[in-house]
Amino acid sequence: MNLLTALLSALRALGTNWLRSMLTMLGIIIGVAAVITMIAIGGGAQQRVEEQIKSLGTNIMLVLPGAQTTGGVRLGAQTGQTLTEEDARAIAADVPEVQAAAPSLRTGAQVVAANANWSTSVMGTTPEYLEVRDWPLAAGRSFEEAEQAGSGKVVVLGQTVAQQLFGDDDPIDQVIRVRKVPLQVIGVLARKGQNSMGQDQDDVIVVPLSTYRNRIQGMSAGRIKRVGAISVKVREGQSMQDASDKMRELLRQRHRLQSGADDDFSIRNLTEMLQAQEESSRVMAMLLAAVAGVSLVVGGIGIMNIMLVSVTERTREIGLRMAVGARSRDILGQFLIEAVTLSLVGGAIGIVIGMVATWAIGSLAGWQVLLSAESILLAVGFSAAVGVFFGFYPARRAAALLPIQALRHE
Amino acid sequence: MALIEARSLVKTYRMGEQVVQALDDVSLDIAQGEFVAIMGASGSGKSTLMNILGCLDRPSSGTLRLAGEEVAGLDGDALASIRNRRIGFVFQQFNLLPRTSAVDNVELPMVYAGVKPAERRTRALAALQRVGLGERAAHTPAELSGGQQQRVAIARALVNQPSLILADEPTGALDTHTSEDIMRLLSELNAQGMTIVMVTHEADIATWARRRVVFRDGRIVEDRLQPPRVAAEAQPA
Repeated sequence: MNLLTALLSALRALGTNWLRSMLTMLGIIIGVAAVITMIAIGGGAQQRVEEQIKSLGTNIMLVLPGAQTTGGVRLGAQTGQTLTEEDARAIAADVPEVQAAAPSLRTGAQVVAANANWSTSVMGTTPEYLEVRDWPLAAGRSFEEAEQAGSGKVVVLGQTVAQQLFGDDDPIDQVIRVRKVPLQVIGVLARKGQNSMGQDQDDVIVVPLSTYRNRIQGMSAGRIKRVGAISVKVREGQSMQDASDKMRELLRQRHRLQSGADDDFSIRNLTEMLQAQEESSRVMAMLLAAVAGVSLVVGGIGIMNIMLVSVTERTREIGLRMAVGARSRDILGQFLIEAVTLSLVGGAIGIVIGMVATWAIGSLAGWQVLLSAESILLAVGFSAAVGVFFGFYPARRAAALLPIQALRHE
Repeated sequence: MALIEARSLVKTYRMGEQVVQALDDVSLDIAQGEFVAIMGASGSGKSTLMNILGCLDRPSSGTLRLAGEEVAGLDGDALASIRNRRIGFVFQQFNLLPRTSAVDNVELPMVYAGVKPAERRTRALAALQRVGLGERAAHTPAELSGGQQQRVAIARALVNQPSLILADEPTGALDTHTSEDIMRLLSELNAQGMTIVMVTHEADIATWARRRVVFRDGRIVEDRLQPPRVAAEAQPA
């Protein structure tokens, strides 16, 4: 009995009781659809975190000022102004693990170009900042030494700001005004997308730190060297922990803190935070797929149940087939093929439903989903395995029948 | 050489505590071209003999040669092959596959013999033609009368050109008139040279055969040739 004949006769056997076949397949259909959808959702979440890690840049740490204490009242993180430009310079120079360190200040401001205006975030920093963030320029150039030192009236725009102020026109060499200070656009940053909080990272303009301090912010003399944050990039292959420890020691020394005193700054390992998030989303994805996998097993038990019923119902048919020359393995093959056909057809329907469900969740709920060929192959393989595994026992029972008893069965 | 040579067949069943002797030292030769009716009350051992002759069951002891081939010691697969090549079965309840066309039913033995689909179809249609059902090849059993279903079953029994047809109460589920048709078909096949062994408990049906073997308590108590039925009756209606 060749495979094609066997397959056709299996399809005919299943077709004669198509309602029952459909109901039997339902378990597999739901299981496969669930596995595919869950893997797609989990994969999407993971992909999103990966994209965030990529957009953040690799091996990044952020040094923030600590809490300010005014008359015994602590005002919370980042209220203090303990970090200085020199701290950033010292970190870059004295900690060997550090590739670059960029001090930065940030404020919100209205920017105007011709008749367009836009409220955005103004950042004063050094060119190292772009190195730390792995943030290339889409057009133009970064700041030069002279502009950096001499409060040059230049600015680099984020994509969103460039789009809002100039539309499709080329913004290079145009002039924008920030708090009445005219600045010449010398470059446009590449698109970065959203950060992990969903904020648009491209909604920013970058000016030299000196320009920010002298022309835009108007700092008081006492706070002249204070900065809001220092972004640090650790060299490839170096330990983040070592770098963090050394930075901490260096800053404590520079800030002349007693050995018992609290830090007046904090160091955050952003990459690590995101990696933890990635790890948790991976665990979540596996958990979802495992729960969906359970429904596949339940579906398989449904197939076994129906195949056992079918073997009992068709005992006389089995007897007849044996009488006209079917060997045990022909009967075994016949019932196995029926079970596998059930699970594969169910699997195919499940794939279609899973893809539709994935698409629906992606477009209606707005979740990021990732439909992978691997998950579909996995689902197909799993449903075939379910068919063989749960079909084997009923098929064995059928094949083990004695022809004479099978024929006599009422 | 006889087509069937059975020597000292014994078959015992264990039913709980009791041991039942279904066949008690039965020896029987059936030659090529015979038409034998095996008779007896229920429990006399006639069905047990039928199952052993049909290679559906194995004797507890004794030997059985079928067309010169020793079958008593063969395993399940070898017996399946002998059933497939040598024996055509006709059952009381027809045993056709439901919701399956007549021609597909007739093809079934050839499926297990490994015959190619195109040849299967040709031979199945020829066999249906031979039993007078050429027109009904596409009908399912539910669309056929009892007599027609039994004709499909006979076509199925013929299609692998067996040495022997074993008929187990072939008219047991049919009315008198249809029974006559079926018996006429069987005696025609016998006239063409086919060996037929038929189990029946109806004396009337047994008169179609040329030899009568009667069983009682697992033993043969009568074995004699009988004259053919009256010529007028044997003619097709």
